[in-house]
Amino acid sequence: MHRPVSRRTLLQAAAAGALVNVLPIGRSGWAATAGVAGPKLVVVFLRGAVDGLNVVVPHGERAYYDERPHIAIPRQGGENGVIDLDGHFGLHPALRPMQALWRDGSLAFVHACGSPDTTRSHFDAQDYMESGTPGLKTTPDGWLNRVVAELPGPHGPTDALGLGPTLPRILTGRMPVAMLPLGRGAARPMAIDRPEVAANFDRLYAGDDSMSRAYQEGRTARSKLVVEMADEMKAADNGAPPPDGFSNDTERLARLMSQDHSIRIAFLALGGWDTHVNQGSAQGQLANHLKPLADGLAAFAQAMGPAWHETVVLVISEFGRTMRENGNGGTDHGHGNVMWVMGGPVRGGKVYGPWPGLGSAALYQGRDLAVTTDFRHPIAAVLERHFRLTDTQLAKVFPAMPKPSSDLGVMLKA
Amino acid sequence: MPKPTTKYPAYILPAAKHLAAAIIIAAGIAEAALPQPAMAAEPSVASTATLAPETKALHVLNRLGYGPRPGDVQRVAAMGVERYIDQQLHPAGIPEPDTLKREIASYETLRMQPVDLFHTYGPMRRGQFGKPTPEDLKARREEARIIVEQAVEARLHRALESPRQLQEVMVDFWFNHFNVFAGKGLDHLWVGAYEEEAIRPHALGRFRDLLEATARHPAMEFYLDNWENTAPGSPGARGDKDGLNENYARELMELHTLGVDGGYTQADVISLARILTGWGIGGGGRFGRNNPQDHNDGGFVFDPNRHDFSTKQFLGRTIGGRGMAEGEEALDVLARSPVTAKHLSFQLAQYFVADQPDPALVDRLSKRWLETDGNISEILRTLFSSPEFWSPKVVGAKFKTPYQFVVSAVRASGIEVRNVRPMVGMLAQLGQPLYGCQTPDGYKNTREAWLSPDAMTRRLSFATAIGSGRVPFGRPEPENMRVNVKKPEAMARMAPDEANNDRPGDPVDPGPLMASYKAVLSPQTKAAYGVAAPQLRAATLLGSPEFMQQ
Repeated sequence: MHRPVSRRTLLQAAAAGALVNVLPIGRSGWAATAGVAGPKLVVVFLRGAVDGLNVVVPHGERAYYDERPHIAIPRQGGENGVIDLDGHFGLHPALRPMQALWRDGSLAFVHACGSPDTTRSHFDAQDYMESGTPGLKTTPDGWLNRVVAELPGPHGPTDALGLGPTLPRILTGRMPVAMLPLGRGAARPMAIDRPEVAANFDRLYAGDDSMSRAYQEGRTARSKLVVEMADEMKAADNGAPPPDGFSNDTERLARLMSQDHSIRIAFLALGGWDTHVNQGSAQGQLANHLKPLADGLAAFAQAMGPAWHETVVLVISEFGRTMRENGNGGTDHGHGNVMWVMGGPVRGGKVYGPWPGLGSAALYQGRDLAVTTDFRHPIAAVLERHFRLTDTQLAKVFPAMPKPSSDLGVMLKA
Repeated sequence: MPKPTTKYPAYILPAAKHLAAAIIIAAGIAEAALPQPAMAAEPSVASTATLAPETKALHVLNRLGYGPRPGDVQRVAAMGVERYIDQQLHPAGIPEPDTLKREIASYETLRMQPVDLFHTYGPMRRGQFGKPTPEDLKARREEARIIVEQAVEARLHRALESPRQLQEVMVDFWFNHFNVFAGKGLDHLWVGAYEEEAIRPHALGRFRDLLEATARHPAMEFYLDNWENTAPGSPGARGDKDGLNENYARELMELHTLGVDGGYTQADVISLARILTGWGIGGGGRFGRNNPQDHNDGGFVFDPNRHDFSTKQFLGRTIGGRGMAEGEEALDVLARSPVTAKHLSFQLAQYFVADQPDPALVDRLSKRWLETDGNISEILRTLFSSPEFWSPKVVGAKFKTPYQFVVSAVRASGIEVRNVRPMVGMLAQLGQPLYGCQTPDGYKNTREAWLSPDAMTRRLSFATAIGSGRVPFGRPEPENMRVNVKKPEAMARMAPDEANNDRPGDPVDPGPLMASYKAVLSPQTKAAYGVAAPQLRAATLLGSPEFMQQ
C-alpha cells in the first residue's frame, strides 16, 4: 500500500500537538533559514566509463570510422545518424532531447577531458575523480563535500543532497549531506516519522559521535524532505505513485531544488556504461542508456523553471574507452573522455578543450583518446565563476591542482 | 575526520531536554556497570580475561557469525570462546538442524549444474514448433526468476539458522570478493550454482582451489567477459569472439589476487588476457546437449582454436605458449604471490577486525598465508587468536553492513522466518541487495561506506518494525512480489511498509535480547530501554549503538 503522508495531515497533526518532536520545523521555518535563491550545482556521475567518442562523436575524423567499423555512429543524417554540432563533432542520435539546450546555448562539452592519472581501473579512477586528488588514495573526503564547506553560510543539513541509498565518495566529508532514496520509495513513511519512535531514538543518539551525528542529520533532513516530497508528489502525480526511472528522479530533484533554495549541491550517479560487449551503434546497448539520460537531463532543465538560470549541471565519467572497437563489438577501458557542462550560466553551443585528434601518433599509448584538459579545470572554472570561490578556496577543493594552460572561465557567462 | 564546524540551531535536537530526565531514571535501573576497559592486549586469547565471558562470547558470535540468537551468548560463554572458534573452523563436525536441511533440499535449482540450468531456464532457441514468440520468451524469463529467488532464500535461511555460522560468513565474504552480478545477462541462471559449486566448497579451504573454481565457472566467465576473450586471427575467431577482452584478466589481478597496487602493468594485463584466451563456457555459450565434456566440467570449456599459443611475458617471467596449462600456471603464480597474501590478509583483517587493521596483524596473517599455501582456516585461526582481534578498541566497534545488521536483528529477536522477502526488501532499501552488486569489487564493509544519515533513519525504522512485530516474517507474500535484482527499487518495496501497519503482530519479547546484550550496554541505552514503551523495548535494543556495531 502506498499512502504518503500529506503535508496537510502532518501540519494538522502538528497543530494538535502530536508531532512536535518529529517535525520541529515546518517548511516555512526552513524557508526563513534557507535563504534566497542562489547558485546551484548538480553533478551526474556516469559510473563504468561511458564511451565519450560515441557521445560527442568526432564525425569529422576519418580514423573514427576506420577504427570503429561496427559501432561508429553513421555520418549521414536522419534518425540513425549523428546530430551535427559544429561540423566536426556531433551528438549520438539518442541524445536528441539535448539538441534544444545546445541550440539555446545552455549546453557545452569539454572533449578530451580526463584525469592526469592513467589508471584503467574503474575503482581507482572513480575514487580519484571523487576525491579530486588524482593519484592520491589517502584523501579522506570528496571534493563535492569540500565545495559545501567553502559555500557561504549559514549551513544546514540539506546544503548537499545525494540521490540513492548510500553516501557516495564524492560527498563524503565533514559537512552534513542528506540522502534521498530513488524511485517510488522516496516519500514512503517510515517508523522514525512517528513521534514516539523518534523520541525513543533521540535518547540513544544525542551525542557527538559519528552515529549520533548521522542520526541527527537524518532526522532533520527527513522531517523536512518528507513534507516537501509529500507535497510535490501529490501535486505532480495527483495521488498516483510515480514510475521508477531516471527522468522521474531528476524531475523530483528539480522540483525540490527549485522550491527549497537551501539545497545548493546535488549528486546522482547512473551505471551501465561499461560496454565491453555489443555496445551497438546508433541503436543498441549504449543508445539504450543514453536515451533515458538525455530524457532525464532535459526533464530536469525544464522542471527547474527560472532556477535553471542559476544552475550548472556537470556530467562526468571516470575515463573514456578505447578508440578502436574490440573483438566483441565493444570497447575496453581507455583514457580521455567528454565532460558535459549545462545550465543557464553556461556559454554553451560550443565544444571546449584542445582536440588532440585520433591519428595513431596522437592517441595515448597508441590506443586511447589523449587527455588535453584535466577534469579539475572545468570544474574549478565553474566553482570560480558560478560560486565565486577564491583561489585559496579552490586550493582547498582541489589541492595540488596544476595551473590550467587555458582559461576555461570563458565557458561561463560573466 | 574532523568534527563538523557547523553549529545547528537547538531545535535540531528536540529531545535534548528529555535526556537529563532519562539519565536520572537510568540511575535506578542500570543493571550493571560497563565492562572495565581491558589492559593492553597480549598475544593470546587467554590474556583477554579482562573482558567478561559474556562480552567475549558476544564478540565471537558477532564476528564469526551473524550475532547471537536467544541463549547463544550464555551457551558460548559456558563452553568457552576457544572451543567455539575451534568448532566453527571445522563446520563439518557441527550438525545442521533437520528443518534447515529440508528447507535447503527443497531448492531444486541449487542442485542443478550450469548446463542444465541453461537448458531448462535459459533463452529459448528455435524448436520443433519454430521460432519462440515474444510471449514464450517472456514466460521463460519469468520462470527463470525462481533461480535467484531460491539462491536468496537459501542464503538467508542458512545465515539465520545454520549453526555453521563462520562457514556462512565466509561464503558471503568470498562471494563478495569474487563478486558476480545476477542482473548481467545469463548470470541470473548461474548465480546460485556459482555460490554452491565454486564458493561454498572452498570457503574455509585453499585459496588456490577457490581461485580456480571461480575462474572456470560460467558465472564468472560470463560476468567478466572472458568467455569471449579470443586471440585475434586465431582459427576460432569469428563474430563477437574475434579479439582480446581484458576485463577478467584485469580484475583477476586488481581485485581477486594482487590488489590494485600489486605492481603489475598494462602489459601484464594484456599478457594475462592472452594467456586466458579460449577459457570459456561449454560449447561457446551454446551448450551442446550431447557433449558429455560440458557436463563433466560444469559448463567450463577450453577452446584451443581461440587460444593465443605464442610465448608471453607475464609478471617478469616467460610463459611458454602451450594452451590451457598457461592459465593454470598464471593462477599458481598469482595465488602464491606474497603480494596476493598481503592483499587478502588485509581484506580478511578489515572484515573481521577493523576498518583500518593494524599493519602488524596484516603482516602476521600474510606470513601465515605463505606458510600454509593459502589455507584459509589456518589463516583465520591465527586471526581469531591475535591480540588485535581481542583488543578492547576493536570489540563492539565495527559498524555493521546492512546485511549484518538485518540478519543479526532477525536472529537476535528469535523470530522464526518463513518469508524472507521483507529481509530482501530491507537489504535493497539499505543499498545492499543480495546478488545485486553490479561492480566486480563487491560491497564494502567499512563504516565510511555505510554510515549515513539516511542509513540511520532507515535502520532504526526497520529495528522498530521488527521489534514491534510489524514484519510479516511468518506469512507468504503475494506471488507477484518477485525478486528482480535489476530493479532494486521494486525489491525495496518488499520491505516492511509503515503505511501498511494494519496487521501488527506481537512485539518481540525483549527479555532474551536484553540477556544477550546486557554485558555491553551503555548506561544511556539502559536508560532509554527503561523509559521505552513496552512495545518499543525490543526495538530500542535492536536500534541501539551497541547493536549497530559489532
